[in-house]
Amino acid sequence: MKAFARAVWVVTRKDLLIETRTREILFTTVFFALACVLVFAFGFVKEGRPMEDVAAGILWIAIAFSGTLALGRAFERERQGETLRALLIAPIDRPALYLGKLLGILILLAAVEILIVPLVALMFQAALFDHALIMVALLVAGTLGFAAVGTLFAAMLVRTRSRDVMLPVLLYPLTVPVIIAGVRGTAALLQQPADLPMARAWLSFLLFFDIVFLTISLWTFEPVMTE
Amino acid sequence: MIKKAVYALLLVAVLGGTPAFAQTTPPKTPTAGQDDFVPVSAPINANDTIPAPRLVAIAYGFIWVVLFGYLWSVRSRLGRVEREMETVSRRVSAGRK
Amino acid sequence: MLNRLFVPLAVVAAAMFAYAPFMILNAPYEATMGLVQKIFYFHASAGMGLFLAAFVSGIGSAVFLFTRKPAADRVAVAGAELTVMLGLIVLVTGPLWARKAWGVWWQWDARLTSTLVMWMIFNAYLLLRRYGGPGSDRLAAAVSLFGMANVPFVYWSVNVWRTLHPTTSVIPSLKPGMRGPFWFCVVAFLLVSTLILMVRTELEKRRQELDELYLAVED
Repeated sequence: MKAFARAVWVVTRKDLLIETRTREILFTTVFFALACVLVFAFGFVKEGRPMEDVAAGILWIAIAFSGTLALGRAFERERQGETLRALLIAPIDRPALYLGKLLGILILLAAVEILIVPLVALMFQAALFDHALIMVALLVAGTLGFAAVGTLFAAMLVRTRSRDVMLPVLLYPLTVPVIIAGVRGTAALLQQPADLPMARAWLSFLLFFDIVFLTISLWTFEPVMTE
Repeated sequence: MIKKAVYALLLVAVLGGTPAFAQTTPPKTPTAGQDDFVPVSAPINANDTIPAPRLVAIAYGFIWVVLFGYLWSVRSRLGRVEREMETVSRRVSAGRK
Repeated sequence: MLNRLFVPLAVVAAAMFAYAPFMILNAPYEATMGLVQKIFYFHASAGMGLFLAAFVSGIGSAVFLFTRKPAADRVAVAGAELTVMLGLIVLVTGPLWARKAWGVWWQWDARLTSTLVMWMIFNAYLLLRRYGGPGSDRLAAAVSLFGMANVPFVYWSVNVWRTLHPTTSVIPSLKPGMRGPFWFCVVAFLLVSTLILMVRTELEKRRQELDELYLAVED
């Protein structure tokens, strides 16, 4: 178990090291998320005031869209250096490799969210921090579910020709339950007064999907990635 | 060992997650025809704006077209592939001679 | 095997589909929804076929992933295509019923949304098979597994949320006059689905043989 955890950490650290040197994915993803918020703001703001409930939707769409971008870039890097093959040859368990990649993506998306969430709260006058604990739990669970599926498919698509198109085509239908739960849970928190039982219900729904997604991903990563 | 842990996790999720979620959802009063269908012998309100017979007819027509159209298309694709196989194998045996 | 069984079974299926409307017309009307409720007989049967087809595709994919048997992959493809066709039927007949029963074509109700999501996952599967290029068969198998994982969720969604769509308790509580025609339709749908699966699997097999033949020609 210890060796497994170490293998996971080695993979994650490698990704984080590359990222901290260039900060390419972080900067482009944050900027893209901001652009998403901007575009949607123009769609949903009337006479200078945001429509009701819109902040939750915009927040999660920005996370999902920029998450796809980050996933694509993270694995494009592996493809260009032909390093994915090296990783696959390396004497580590496939699940450890998967979890390592997933952890890297999660840390990256967490960094993006730390910047985007306050921004959305500010620009849409949304009370995202009134129930900070459950909001953070929703964000963590939602991002985990999205990234669990995303890492699996981004890794698999590295070898195919049409990966740029196929990643969003596959990812959005698969992760839509997670996005729905995230949006509805956040919207329940943003109500005046906040509907806490509803938010907690959506959180348990998110956790349920996280476990299902993680199980299937861990289970299929090995046969899918073996030549 | 990892696989076992994964299965245990899944079991916990299925056993614990679904009932927890079902409990926290506020119960709603069912609307008519949601939990069971009550049979009557004659159609109701014959003079209303949306024509039910047309909707039913479209639904059945659509099912017929999709199901048998699809079955037919698969059959014809199969026939085409088989014909192509024949010509190719004929060419192969002709080439060998 | 295929040709010997196919024609008689297809005749039986066509006869059942031809006779079903008469049975349904003779069935009693529903108290609040009236005539339009009769869409139910085909809508719910297609839904049952949809779940089964998704399971066929998902299980075929799992077997293919772990054993690499091409035969399992062929079954998975056939199952996925059937899922998309039956899903189309469910998603078109449903709104036709809803237009009358609820007054709108579409509601963002839990059952409707989850069915649409599942249908889109299997569409993504077919897109991937078609445009994914070499190596996409294993990738697609993973997509199909995720699609199958959605089936229990779609099934239970009506009972958990209880928004608008009739719940699963409708079918076991069907009254005698409705029960007969309904199960007749279910059998008819399952028969046609089986036939489609058989033919589609055969087609996939022939296609692979043809590809191998072309490769042999080039050598």
